[in-house]
Amino acid sequence: MIAVVDYGAGNLRNVCKALEHVGARIELTDEPAALQRADKIVLPGVGAFADCLQGLQSRGLFEPLRELALAGKPLLGICVGMQLLMTVGEEMGEWPGLDLIPGRVVRFQFEGRLADEHPLKVPHIGWNQITPVRLHPLLAGVQAGSYAYFVHSYHPVPSDPAHVVAVTEYGYPFPSVIARDTVWGIQFHPEKSQDTGLAMLRNFVRF
Amino acid sequence: MLAKRIIPCFDVANGRVVKGVNFVNLRDAGDPVEQARVYNDERADELVFLDIMASHENRGTTIEMARRVADEVFIPFTIGGGVRAPEDFRELLLAGADKVSINSAAVRNPNLISEAAWRFGAQCVVVAIDARRITASERLDGLEVAPSANAKIRAGDSKWRVYLNGGRVPTDLDAVAWAVEAERLGAGEILLTSMDTDGTQEGYDLPLLRAISNAVSIPVIASGGAGKLEHFYDAIHAGASAVLAASVFHYKTFRIGEVKQYLAGRGVPVRM
Repeated sequence: MIAVVDYGAGNLRNVCKALEHVGARIELTDEPAALQRADKIVLPGVGAFADCLQGLQSRGLFEPLRELALAGKPLLGICVGMQLLMTVGEEMGEWPGLDLIPGRVVRFQFEGRLADEHPLKVPHIGWNQITPVRLHPLLAGVQAGSYAYFVHSYHPVPSDPAHVVAVTEYGYPFPSVIARDTVWGIQFHPEKSQDTGLAMLRNFVRF
Repeated sequence: MLAKRIIPCFDVANGRVVKGVNFVNLRDAGDPVEQARVYNDERADELVFLDIMASHENRGTTIEMARRVADEVFIPFTIGGGVRAPEDFRELLLAGADKVSINSAAVRNPNLISEAAWRFGAQCVVVAIDARRITASERLDGLEVAPSANAKIRAGDSKWRVYLNGGRVPTDLDAVAWAVEAERLGAGEILLTSMDTDGTQEGYDLPLLRAISNAVSIPVIASGGAGKLEHFYDAIHAGASAVLAASVFHYKTFRIGEVKQYLAGRGVPVRM
C-alpha cells in the first residue's frame, strides 16, 4: 500500500487517480500510523511552502515522515511536496523543511542571467522539457527531452549536485527531478504530464 | 523551452458536446468524457470545457463531468460556464479541474478575478473574452453593463467590444483594455474568442490577437476561426501561447498530431 499524505494541501484527487491508474493500491491519510504501515509514501503539495509545512506539523506528520524516510521507506515528493524535502524554503520567509535532501528552495531569479530581452514569467507554467543528468530508476524509460507539466514559482537547489537527477531550462537550467537514496522528488506534476508523468509514477510504484 | 499548446475545446450543454457556428446553431458532437479520452490519446496539451447552458440548477452536472474527466485524462483541463463565485472555483478545482474560466461574471464583478487569484493562485484563473469589431455605425453609449471604469470603450480609439452570455449581450468594454485590466486584477491567462471569425474557418482574428498579446504579458489562448493548418501557425506568430479549436478537431478535419507535425516543421516548439 502506498500512503498519500493528506495534510490539507488542496486537490489530491488527481494524484490519487494517477497512482491508481498505474496500478498502485493507495490510502489517502493524515495519520502517522498509516504512514508506518505503508510500503511507500507520496507527499503531494499545492500552495505555499509554509502552509504545507504547517499542515504537516499540525497533524503530527512532520517527525514521523522524516523518521520513516531516514529509515529507508521510499518517499516521493511532488511539487511543493518535493520542496518540503529540502532543508530550507524561502517562500515568504525562511522555513525549515524535512531536510531529507540538503539544500534550499529559491524563487526563480533571472536578473543578470538572461541575455534575451524577453522577461520570463513567474510562475513557470506549461509544458517544458526534462533533461536527465544521471541515471535513476525514477526516469527508467523516460526519454531525454520529454515534456512535463509545470506550475511553480520556486525550485530546489540541492547543495550536493549529485542529488540532481534531471534539469529543465527556464531562464537557466534548474533541478526538476532530485533524489537522495530512497527519497525522490519531482518539481512538475506527473499526474498531469500524461505518459511521461505516468511512467515516472509507475517507476516509483514498482521500485 | 515552453511548448506552444494545442487545445481542443468542447462547448457543453446538458452533458453533451455541441459547437455553435457564429455562436448560434448548435450541433450535437458527442459525449465529453469519451472525446476527452480520444484527445488525451492524440496528445492534446490541454482541454477546455465550456458549459454554454450553465445555470445554478445544473452545477452538479458540470462538477460531475469534471470528476469523470479527471479520472480518465492526465493532462491539464479548464472548465468554464456559469462560474460566479470563488466557491464555484473551489468545487471545480477539487473535482480535478486545473483551471477555471470566467467570462460574464468577471465583467459584472471584476473582484471575482482578484479574489479567485488570491485564494487559488493566478495560474488557475482564466478570463475568457468574447470580442467583436466595432462597426462605424455602432452606438457606443447607452449599454447596461458598466463594470470596470478602467476599460470602457472610447470613441475613435477602441476597435473591439466585449460581449457576454455567448455573444448575446454587448458591453461598453474595450476588449484590449479589458484584457489589461483582467491581468492587473490577477488573471493567469486570457482565452480570447473573436466573434467575427468564430465558426468561419477562415483563420483566427490576427489583428485582435496581436493587439491583446502586445498589451498583456500573461499567455493568450487564440480561439475562433481555425480552418487550415497555417491558421494555427499564424496565431502563434501573432503572439498566441496556445491555439484552441473545436470543429476542426471534432469533425476530424485535422488530428492533433497533424497540427503539431506542421507546427514543428515550421520551427514552433511543440510537445510531440
